[in-house]
Amino acid sequence: MRALTWHGTHDVRVDTVPDPEIINPRDAILKITSTAICGSDLHLYDGVIPGVLPGDVLGHEFMGEVVETGKDSTLKKGQRVVVPFTISCGGCFHCQIKQYSACENSNPAEKQDMSATLYGHPMAALFGYSHLTGGYSGGQAEYVRVPFSDVGPIVIPDHLEDEKVLFLSDILPTGWMGAENADIQPDDTVAVWGCGPVGLFAIQSAIIMGASKVIAIDHYPHRLELAKKLGAEVINFKTTEVREALMEMSGGIGVDAVIDAVGMESHGFAVDNMLDMVKQTVGMGADRAAALKQAILAVRTGGRVSIPGVYGGMTDKFPLGALMEKGLQVRAGQTHVQRYTKPLLDKIEDGTIDTTFLISHRLPLEDAARGYKNFREEQDSWTKVVLKPGLEMEKAA
Amino acid sequence: MKNNREISMAGSVAAAGVALGALAFGAFLSRRHDGGSDDAPKNARRKNHGEHALVGRTVTIRKPAAELYAYWRDFGNLPEFMENVERITEEGGTKGRANWTIKAPAGTTVDLTTEVTDDVENNRIAWASVEGSDIETTGEVTFTEAPGDRGTRVSLRIEYDAPGGAIGRGIAKAFLREPEVQARHDLKRFKMLMETGEIATSAHRKSETRKAKQQENG
Ligand SMILES: NC(=O)c1ccc[n+]([C@@H]2O[C@H](COP(=O)([O-])OP(=O)(O)OC[C@H]3O[C@@H](n4cnc5c(N)ncnc54)[C@H](O)[C@@H]3O)[C@@H](O)[C@H]2O)c1
Ligand SMILES: [Zn+2]
Ligand SMILES: [Zn+2]
Repeated sequence: MRALTWHGTHDVRVDTVPDPEIINPRDAILKITSTAICGSDLHLYDGVIPGVLPGDVLGHEFMGEVVETGKDSTLKKGQRVVVPFTISCGGCFHCQIKQYSACENSNPAEKQDMSATLYGHPMAALFGYSHLTGGYSGGQAEYVRVPFSDVGPIVIPDHLEDEKVLFLSDILPTGWMGAENADIQPDDTVAVWGCGPVGLFAIQSAIIMGASKVIAIDHYPHRLELAKKLGAEVINFKTTEVREALMEMSGGIGVDAVIDAVGMESHGFAVDNMLDMVKQTVGMGADRAAALKQAILAVRTGGRVSIPGVYGGMTDKFPLGALMEKGLQVRAGQTHVQRYTKPLLDKIEDGTIDTTFLISHRLPLEDAARGYKNFREEQDSWTKVVLKPGLEMEKAA
Repeated sequence: MKNNREISMAGSVAAAGVALGALAFGAFLSRRHDGGSDDAPKNARRKNHGEHALVGRTVTIRKPAAELYAYWRDFGNLPEFMENVERITEEGGTKGRANWTIKAPAGTTVDLTTEVTDDVENNRIAWASVEGSDIETTGEVTFTEAPGDRGTRVSLRIEYDAPGGAIGRGIAKAFLREPEVQARHDLKRFKMLMETGEIATSAHRKSETRKAKQQENG
């Protein structure tokens, strides 16, 4: 089959690789119909997440048609399903309390040691990411093997086309959980850093959850425009003093909750010395670390900090004093996707949530490398790329 | 290709591990020798056994003790999740004799015979190697109820003694290679098998699985 494979920093290619096979009884094989490139994929593309190997198939936002099932799969051939990017067994302690992204059984035993060393506990598995999180082949491909197919995948009714539901795999639940973790109250002013897909869905979710005001922060005019359309007030950090603006816009109290949907490119992970790396890096990396720090200073005393943005290593000069002295609450994490797929599918079906506004480009899978390049370099206009294995090159938008 | 991937993986894992863990591990190892008296299990003490190794680990499994005990008590099941155990054949009898064939490097095997030294239904199984085995070892697994509906706490404790002589030391070195890692992984696989009915693998094709590789090498 054809698949998008990682070969090194800023080097991804569509290669021919072997088709996946059913291995465990609960597996299923999907024929991919739509898959997307995520901000998290850019961390791999930029080579700042360790444990990615040449030849690895990327992609963790995907949906498709069931073409093969293991003997204990509950799926049926021909069903259309969206698959959560977190791989979860459904039977362990964490899955039982719905902390799916902390599943104890999805990351193969021999691959758990590294994240256990880094974080004190092993991570659950994710599709198409690092070998720290299992090294499972991803869905930017024609076919994918889906373990625990009786737990994760959600069956999609025929009348909902791919583009309406694809983002149930990651960014829609991630934005939603980002807002939920901010524990939004009716009179709240909520500030969201980053108007990428995750930030935009967090904004949409915060509004649905009843925030009285949502303020979006970014520097890309088009992305800010999208935030505005969703009902947010916007701040361009290139031209405005963010903290001063937030104080003014929240009546001098400070915003009640902050959501960091930027994340940090974990330069800290690059081999030698994480601290030096952070200190040496001027520009994007260091700026990005600044978003969370800025959010912690901007949030009101006793306020809430939600971190859906991905961090992987350590950070220098963290405003720990502000965190403690202001009595902040912090919630973070990879999304417990399986918790949200059904309720969010319902909201898509009844029209409360639209996700299609986000898609700026539809490309054939064959053209995926260009998708990565532009999603990274033309962020303002390339807001979200959907890849279609079936699409002909010349028909591409 | 396969080898390169494995090497570069090991490299990046080692690098990040070293970068983050070196300081902590240095301090940790140097204090492993100290004794101590607290409520922690012996295998958690900071000490070094030389050619004697005590390894142990506890996992919590969301299944009743009876089910876990029954699976483990059938020693023939253990190779399902114990990576370097090729096979175990039970001789039966009152002492529960079993013959283990354990894989060692360069196509060699370590053979031992064990007898069950303690057997408390749904609670504890202990075993020890008998004279004539390639390696001296004792092991025990205990099953105790976890709080609420968390299932059962399963603790595995294994001790090894290197046999004498140069050959013995060679075997020991191979066999004792990262026994802690081995025990940890084995127990995790046991948990997976009991909780999910399968052992997680990120293999893409059957030929890449642990089983296929075992057959290929064995
Ligand atoms: N927690 C999860 O499970 C999960 C899931 C998906 C994605 N993520 C993470 O969420 C983050 C965002 O993902 P995305 O797909 O929206 O990525 P993206 O790269 O498209 O968007 C990031 C946005 O942040 C903006 N930004 C950068 N620095 C900023 C600053 N200092 N202040 C304000 N805005 C700033 C950028 O201009 C960009 O628009 C990433 O770190 C991604 O890895 C997390
Ligand atoms: Zn993602
Ligand atoms: Zn689980």
